[in-house]
This record gives sequence, structure tokens and C-alpha cells, in this order.
Amino acid sequence: MMWWIRLKALIIKELLAILRDPRGRLILVGPPILQLLVFSYAATLEVKNVDIVLLNQDSGAWSQELVNRIAGAPTFRGIERVGSSEALRARIDAQQAIAAVHIGPTFSRDIAAGRAADLQIILDGRRSNAAQIVAGYLNQIVNQLSADISAGRRGAGQTVIVVPRNWFNPNLIFQWFMVPNLVAAIALLIGLVVTALSIARERELGTFDQLMVSPLRTHEILIGKVIPPMIIGTFHMTIYILAAAFVFGVPLRGSLLMLYGSSIFYLLSVVGVGLFISALSMTQQQAILGAFLFMVPAMLLSGFATPIENMPDWLQPITYASPLRYFLVIVRGVFLKDLPLDEAVNNTLPLALIAFLTLAAAAWLFRRRME
Amino acid sequence: MSTEALVGTKETAPPTGRARRFTALVRKESLQVIRDPSSILIAFVLPLILLVIFGYGVSLDATHTRIGLVIEDATPITQDLAASFQASRYFAVATGRDRREFEEDLVLGRVRGIVVIPANFADVGAAGGSPQIQVIVDGSDPNTANFVQNYAQGVVGTWMAQRAAEIAMRPPPISVEQRFWFNPELASRNFLVPGSIAIVMTLVGTLLTSLVVAREWERGTMEAMMATPVTATELLAGKILPYFILGLASMSLCVLIAVFIFGVPFRGSVLALYALSASFLMPALGQGLLISAATKNQFLASQLALLSAFLPAFLLSGFLFEINSMPWIIRIVTTIVPARYLIPSLQSVFVAGDIWPMFLRSIAVMLTIGVVLFILAARSTRKRIG
Repeated sequence: MMWWIRLKALIIKELLAILRDPRGRLILVGPPILQLLVFSYAATLEVKNVDIVLLNQDSGAWSQELVNRIAGAPTFRGIERVGSSEALRARIDAQQAIAAVHIGPTFSRDIAAGRAADLQIILDGRRSNAAQIVAGYLNQIVNQLSADISAGRRGAGQTVIVVPRNWFNPNLIFQWFMVPNLVAAIALLIGLVVTALSIARERELGTFDQLMVSPLRTHEILIGKVIPPMIIGTFHMTIYILAAAFVFGVPLRGSLLMLYGSSIFYLLSVVGVGLFISALSMTQQQAILGAFLFMVPAMLLSGFATPIENMPDWLQPITYASPLRYFLVIVRGVFLKDLPLDEAVNNTLPLALIAFLTLAAAAWLFRRRME
Repeated sequence: MSTEALVGTKETAPPTGRARRFTALVRKESLQVIRDPSSILIAFVLPLILLVIFGYGVSLDATHTRIGLVIEDATPITQDLAASFQASRYFAVATGRDRREFEEDLVLGRVRGIVVIPANFADVGAAGGSPQIQVIVDGSDPNTANFVQNYAQGVVGTWMAQRAAEIAMRPPPISVEQRFWFNPELASRNFLVPGSIAIVMTLVGTLLTSLVVAREWERGTMEAMMATPVTATELLAGKILPYFILGLASMSLCVLIAVFIFGVPFRGSVLALYALSASFLMPALGQGLLISAATKNQFLASQLALLSAFLPAFLLSGFLFEINSMPWIIRIVTTIVPARYLIPSLQSVFVAGDIWPMFLRSIAVMLTIGVVLFILAARSTRKRIG
């Protein structure tokens, strides 16, 4: 039982090192909650409150009809009318509007005469994602008008009604997507920095040598370093899961037990990467920057903000190295989809593998440094 | 450690005035930057990784989204509609006869949507009614779900217009000409790469600076410096100058790679690029100094830099997420994020050209935020000595 007493002392010491300082306690609890609140509302790919510019050179009824329909769409916040193409260009240049609609002088006459009426839509390609979505909205409005004009004519084609059905998230609420994502991402963020610093700090302060001459064996030191960040990580995830369910109203359709079960392996893999970085670094600064060097690509290539399937084929294999990639599937799945057990296991096994490899590598570096 | 050694030599050298003191200080800080591999890592290696990821990897443009297409009854008209889906460049289509074939795939994310053309489609149409098709999407990713719904609408709309034109032998009443200015090929890298340059400068300016200065506080070398004839202003200026230059060097490297390797156009002037970047580094460095002076601890400094600089530059700057779409209270928060002013201007320097009214406004705001942060940093540094 000696080993347990030794280990327990080390774990308590590790927890104290992080939690003793009141500012340290504050920073582990306050900002992550603030982040969840701010970022879950900020990180939205929806396009709303759009300002557009209108250059209408036509005085007929059809252009008026088109303008009314655009003004009536909830996406558009302000429509500024300008008198010249120079003014239109200036608005787009300065990003005061993301799109401009230019209606030529013969628009209504052409429609009345049955000729194809020209309409120009200009979009700001600097924000190509939002611009494409806005273009989609504008085209939908124009197509509908076009269809209504055709329906008024003889011999028009039949209309096909598209019935949308959104599974798992009927109203496509963006927070239902973002909040589970953030549960996983912030656990990575905090877990990585806390662990990466743990050995580097001791090395910088010189206490690492003291640890080495203590009766603790290498694997005991490693376990002592792994458990405290796991406790902190589990605490964070619990707060986040509670917030997701009770503050944001994200439905929890799957098994909570499965979520916690796989989160152990996720946290282990995060801590493993952190310890590996820590064992490599000589100073705290190197440890933090090293953690960053891993974290940024791990987040960007995980499917967190943009789907993996949009990435080029050669890049997709690299995403397999990011623990976040697997855990995102599990968190999103458990919250919204009632993820089947075998799929959860399929995504937990790679996490266990990452954890094993990084912890083994950290232990090896440890031992090598000792000699 | 190099820091202590240099401070030591500095004390033995005769203090012959302000310029000499300052040069020595800058030299010491520069050596510290160059000798630590991690600053090189963050200033030159991370930018490369970021550029590659943003240049090739992260793309919001969904092309070839996998969907399942269910044709419950194969008739000429349903085959014609199905062919339109198969021809669309937005979809990679797998066809089936029953929606149950794809339901599990949808749960597991193997397809992003199921389009169902029901058995009565042709009959309803022949009877003069309006036939329906169903588009089922995976709402757990709302952005992709929206794209699939919109693209499916688009495919059906185009198909209807074609059939109407064939029947009526007339062109559709309105023909839309759509133009994307500045970026006609809609390459998302053209706006992501300028944004990632802002993130790189945030990392160098705020994270790196706050860590280095916090370490000096932790070790007590900052107090040692204060005991020398160096004034607080000189001390802070001497600290940030090397990081200012490092930030600009890192930015220059990014621009060269962006332009010559990724082929991002550069239509503005070099003057505008440096004026904007230099103005941005002011608030970034000011924030780094303030964080280190307020925490005096590397762990806390790194956490604060992460929370108050890196994540806002990433999420609240309009880089990936549209500021206009955020709730008003968060829109107010974004007004104090310096990256929010840099990113649209940098995007313009790259793809649009010099738009000085916009640039000058951004520069003015960034410098103002910078001055406020410097005053706060200088105050919390001075308070410490008293």
C-alpha cells in the first residue's frame, strides 16, 4: 500500500499546484463558462442582418415587386438605394454592404414583352462564404418571382414542391451544433495547457530533480501527473454538459454513460499529448508554445468549424491524428442522434490508441532524461 | 541563463546615456528571442502550418456533398429529375429504391441528406397537381444541412425552369447575371489566408510577449531591471521592439508564401500592408504587456492570452464567422477586438486593392486601442515598483 500513499501525496500536490493560487482557480472556472456563453452564440455560420445596396433604374411595377420581396425577406436588414454605379461600387468596396442588386432600365418592359429581363447581382467575393449564402437567398427570391410570372402565362410547367425535413435538429438551431462542439474543444484547450505545463514548470523551478530522487517510480510519477488534469477535465465537461442541457436546451438523446465512458479515453489522449509535449520542453514557454503548435491544427482539422469532407483528399488522413475528430463524432452523436454503441466504440478505440502511444512516448522521454 | 548574464554585463558597462541604454536593452531582448527555439517555432513554423491548413484544408465550400437519392418508382419524368441531381456539382449521389437504405447512413454521417422522389410523383404531375419531393437532411450540422436544402431547391428550380421552357418554348422571364467581385473563382483561401496572418500576429504579439515578460516577473529579473537606471517607458519599449520586428517578419513571410505559393492575388500596396500590420501590432503587444504585468505568472498569462486574444481573434473577428449574424451584445464585444479591424482591411489589400478611407479608419481604431492598453500596462508596471 506504500505506493498508493506516495501516489496520493503526488496527486494532492499536483492539484494544489494548480488550485492553490486563487487566480488559478478562477481562471479554470470563470473563463471557460464565459467562453461557452460567448462563443456558442458568436460561432455561427448563419447569415443574418444582411445589408444590401439597390440600384434601380427601372420605374415599372415588376422591379417594385422584386424590391418588395427582397425587403420582406427576414435575412435582409437594410436596403440602401443608390443612384449610380459609382456609389454602388463605393459601398461594396468599403464593405458597407455585402451584395448589390442592379435592375436595368428596361426590366419591367422586357418582362411585359416576354423577353428575358436582365438582372445583375454583385457580391463581395472577399467574404465568399457569406456572399454565396446571400446569393442563394437572392436567387431564391428571383426564381420565385420568375415562377410566379411564368404561372401567370399560358402553358407554364408544373410546380414541384420541395418539402424539407431536418432530422435531429428540426429548426436547424446553430447552438445545438456549436455547444456540443465546444464541450469537446474547450476540454482540449484547458487540458492540454494544464498538462503541458506540469513537468516543464517543475523543470524550470528545479523541483523536478527532487521528484526524481523521491521514492516514486517513473510510472507512478506519470500516473500522478495524469490524474489531476483528468479530474479537472471531467469537472469541466460536467459543467458544460449541464449547461448544454439546461441553459441551451440541447436534447440529450443518447446514453450519458457512453459519453462519460468515451470521455475518459478522450481526456487520456489529451493529457497524453500534453505530457509528451511537456517532457520534450525545457521551459514553460516552450511547453505552452508547443501545446499551441499541436492545438491549432488539431482544432482546425477536426471538423470543428468546417466539415472534414470539404478538405482535399490528401489532407483528410492527417485529421486521423486529432483526438478532437473522434470525440466530436461522439459528443454530437450522443447529444443529437442517440449514437449506436458500435459507432461510439469505433470512435473511442483510436482515442485509446493515441492515449497509449503518447503516454508511452512521454514515459520513455522521462526515463531518458533521468539518465 | 542569457538574461542574467546580459544584465550583468550591462551593469559593468559605463552608462553613457539614454540611447546606449536602450540599445543594450533591445540587444538583450533580441538575443533572448533568437536563442529560444520556441519563439522561432511560433513566429515561423506555426505560420507555415496555419497557411497550409487555410490555403488547402479549411474550406466552407461544400462540393460533392454525399446524399442518398431515393426513386420509389422509376418513370421517365422521375429519371429526368434524378439525372439533374446526378449532374449537380454540389452532390455526390447514391441512388436507391427505399429511404430505409440510407437512414442509418444519415445517423452515422455517411450521407448528409436523403432526397425522396415518391411513387406518386409522375401520377400527381400527370393529373395536373403539384407533386412533392422530400429532402431529409442531417440537422446536427446546420450549416451543411442548409447548404443541402438550398442546393436541392436549386436543382429542382432549374429543372422546373428547363421543363417550363421546353413546354412553353420560351426563355425564363428573368435571367440573373451574378458577379462575385474581387474573388470571382470564390476561392475561400483568398479570404482565409489574410485572416490567418492576423492570427499569427496575435500569437507573436500577445501570447509570446506575455509569456516572455511574465517569465521575467516570475524569476524576479524584471525587478532587477527596474533597479537599473532604465525608466519604465524605456523598459517596456525595449521589451516590445524585438517582438514588433518579429511580428512584422512573420507577417512578411506569410505574405510571401500566400502570394508566391498559394497564388493569392496582392492588389494593394506594400505601404498599406505594413501600415495596417504595424498598427495592429500596437494593441497586440500592449495586450501582451498588460497581461504579463497583471498576472506575473506564465500559466495565468498563457491562459489569459488564449482567452482574451487568440480565441477572440479567431471567433469574434469576422474571420470565419459573420459579425452581422451575431446577437447584438456580442456585436458590441467585437468592437474592442483589434483583429476585427485588421482582417477586412487585410482582405482588401490582398484581393481588392488600396481602399484608404477604410484603412485609415481601421488604423485609427487599432492605434487608439493600442494606446489605451499601453497606458494600462505602464500603470500596472509602475504600481509594482512603488
